[in-house]
Amino acid sequence: MSILTITNLRLRRGEREILRGVNASVAAGELVALMGLSGGGKTTVLRCVAALETFEDGVIDVGGVVLRPGPQPPRGTIRELRTKVGMVFQLHYLFEHLSVMDNVTLAPVQVAHKPRAEAERRALDLLDALGVAHRRNALPRELSGGEAQRVAIARAMAMEPPLLMMDEPTASLDPARRGELGETLVQLTGTGRTLVVTTHDDDFARDFATRVVILAEGEVVEEGDPREVLTHPKHEATRRLLQSARKADNG
Amino acid sequence: MRRIHGFLLLLFALAFIPPTRADDRVLHWGGDAEGGAPFVEADPSDPSKLRGFDVEVAEQMAKGLGRTPEFVQVSFSDIDQSVQRGDFDIGMSGVEDTPARRKMVAATIPYFEFHEVLTMRAEDRGKFSTLAALRGLRVGTLGGTIAYELVLAAEKGAGVICVSYDDDVHPYADLRAGRLDAVLLDNIIAARSMRRVPGLYTEPRPVATGHYIGVLASGNTALRDRINDILRARMRDGTLERIYRKWGIWDAYQPAFFAGTLKEQENARQAAEHGSAMQNLDVVFRYIPALLRASLITIVLSCAAMALAVFVGVFIASGRVYGSAPVRALLTIYVEVVRGTPVLLQLFVLYYGLSSVIRLPAFLAALLGLGLNYAAYESEIYRGALEAVPRGQLEAARTLGLTEAQVLRLVRGPQAFRIALAPMTNDFVALLKVSSLVSVITVIELTKQTSIFAANIGSWVVPGILCAALYLVLSLPLSRLAGRLENRWKAATE
Repeated sequence: MSILTITNLRLRRGEREILRGVNASVAAGELVALMGLSGGGKTTVLRCVAALETFEDGVIDVGGVVLRPGPQPPRGTIRELRTKVGMVFQLHYLFEHLSVMDNVTLAPVQVAHKPRAEAERRALDLLDALGVAHRRNALPRELSGGEAQRVAIARAMAMEPPLLMMDEPTASLDPARRGELGETLVQLTGTGRTLVVTTHDDDFARDFATRVVILAEGEVVEEGDPREVLTHPKHEATRRLLQSARKADNG
Repeated sequence: MRRIHGFLLLLFALAFIPPTRADDRVLHWGGDAEGGAPFVEADPSDPSKLRGFDVEVAEQMAKGLGRTPEFVQVSFSDIDQSVQRGDFDIGMSGVEDTPARRKMVAATIPYFEFHEVLTMRAEDRGKFSTLAALRGLRVGTLGGTIAYELVLAAEKGAGVICVSYDDDVHPYADLRAGRLDAVLLDNIIAARSMRRVPGLYTEPRPVATGHYIGVLASGNTALRDRINDILRARMRDGTLERIYRKWGIWDAYQPAFFAGTLKEQENARQAAEHGSAMQNLDVVFRYIPALLRASLITIVLSCAAMALAVFVGVFIASGRVYGSAPVRALLTIYVEVVRGTPVLLQLFVLYYGLSSVIRLPAFLAALLGLGLNYAAYESEIYRGALEAVPRGQLEAARTLGLTEAQVLRLVRGPQAFRIALAPMTNDFVALLKVSSLVSVITVIELTKQTSIFAANIGSWVVPGILCAALYLVLSLPLSRLAGRLENRWKAATE
């Protein structure tokens, strides 16, 4: 069953055509790695799905909530969309003025109207599962990059969205941390969650993703089993992507 | 190097040479033309010329000295200080004879006797013949005068409410408008105002008697004595009487006053000029409670005005960031008009200008004036702060399902507040001092009380130090509190 369907998504900003008809579909329980060179439109796709960007053409269907081209969707649609999809930003964007605990409980208390005690219990479970429970009273600026990322995951997970999108979670992690993150994400899919993750890191995709989608110059050029696609790339863009990853590794 | 030193020394020396007007052919006399007729006023037929009985008395003095008179404009409340500095030879335009003044400057013999009289609305005629009859009612007067001291004394003794003004025109307008129940001032001023403002009645029985004098720098007794001789001669030969009659201020009291002044032993008066230093100290202690009370008004007014400014400022800023185009345009106009015009003008318009539509009590007008003025400044700070909150913070909040209102209340607002705190503290400390402007609409706050104090003891030194100390006591804790909050947040965000 498909939880996310993107059909012919087109987006331009000024003269630049950023997405030129993206088609993709994600089934429940998958861990999809969305790959491509910088500027290929990976982040923009996520932002469109989260309704942070408007687009010119195409349809996005997130678990039955349909986004269409044109101005901001109506409030009711947005509200429903938020219950379907959560997002972890590359720079985390933890609320600077709130402690870790308050970051995680803000939405459950204010949006889902959960009692604070219950929200805090649940938050503590999440933080514990992600290994950052001991940092619950810290402020965002006091956290390391890896800790901040796990708090951001906990914050998004606290609203229990069936689909979780993560923008470049591997970008600032060393290989050991990358492995830990992968394990965590696989665990999440084990509990029925669906994940879409943008990444440059082909090793990460090979090790943990159930499927890889390659985006180049605003189009999906190749997709399939990560081992297959990344070992025997068919498309020129995929090969370039792998080359640049090798260089980065050796450098 | 030596040259530069020499040059600096020269500059230094120049700075300390008093600006004397040692010109033997001219008598510089200082007065306040804003005081108007019949003292000193611009001639309506030729505004470059002056007329008034004080102008003519000054002419007589100059003539007697063989000099030409030349007028120097000075604010009424600054005449003593100004003559002491050497800005002019003699100050005179309704300057009252008081012991404090005699101690500070060299005073001439009195040349006119006036009376403090009560003016009321015509319908109250006969109701108030004394200050004591005005218990619980509002009595207006000109600050820093004998009349002011009388009303102040009646405030303690008879329970009247003293309202002080910076000029002698607005009290009568406010009396007519119902903001006051009576005005106590010199009979000359009362008579003039009766001609200008209809529907008033002045009780003929005087509350007190006073005299107008000329003041010279304390070291200038030689010139003072020559002027005294001239004044006596002009009393004797009827010149002063002719001048007073011309200006319609000659009355039944003057002949006896003239006779008394001419007889009076100069020595007695000279002796009175040297009061004891103890008396001065007494005056200081007598004013401390008044200063403390005035500080309370300053702090309460500033806090309330700031609270209003913050409250209104938040709405203006939100409107300018989130509002529709017409709302944004309206708020922009408000901010630009309020920031672009003097707060003094806004206070005048609120208190006097609108008085035909809505009669605001003075304190409320002051609070509204300052609050609405500062709201414009605050709103700009908040708008900048709101726009300085990173977009990522807002997007993160949106993806969690917060509505725009919640994003503003729970994420954007609190973060903007931390950014705005330092400029806000700055504004509050500024407001504390800007609040001194409200004395123009009869609210006596710290600065006004200090200037009354200074006028009465004839020196700014002690009142100035006390006043500065009180302002610092009010503003320093605030700056420290804000500094501490800022440090806490800065530590948290670095």
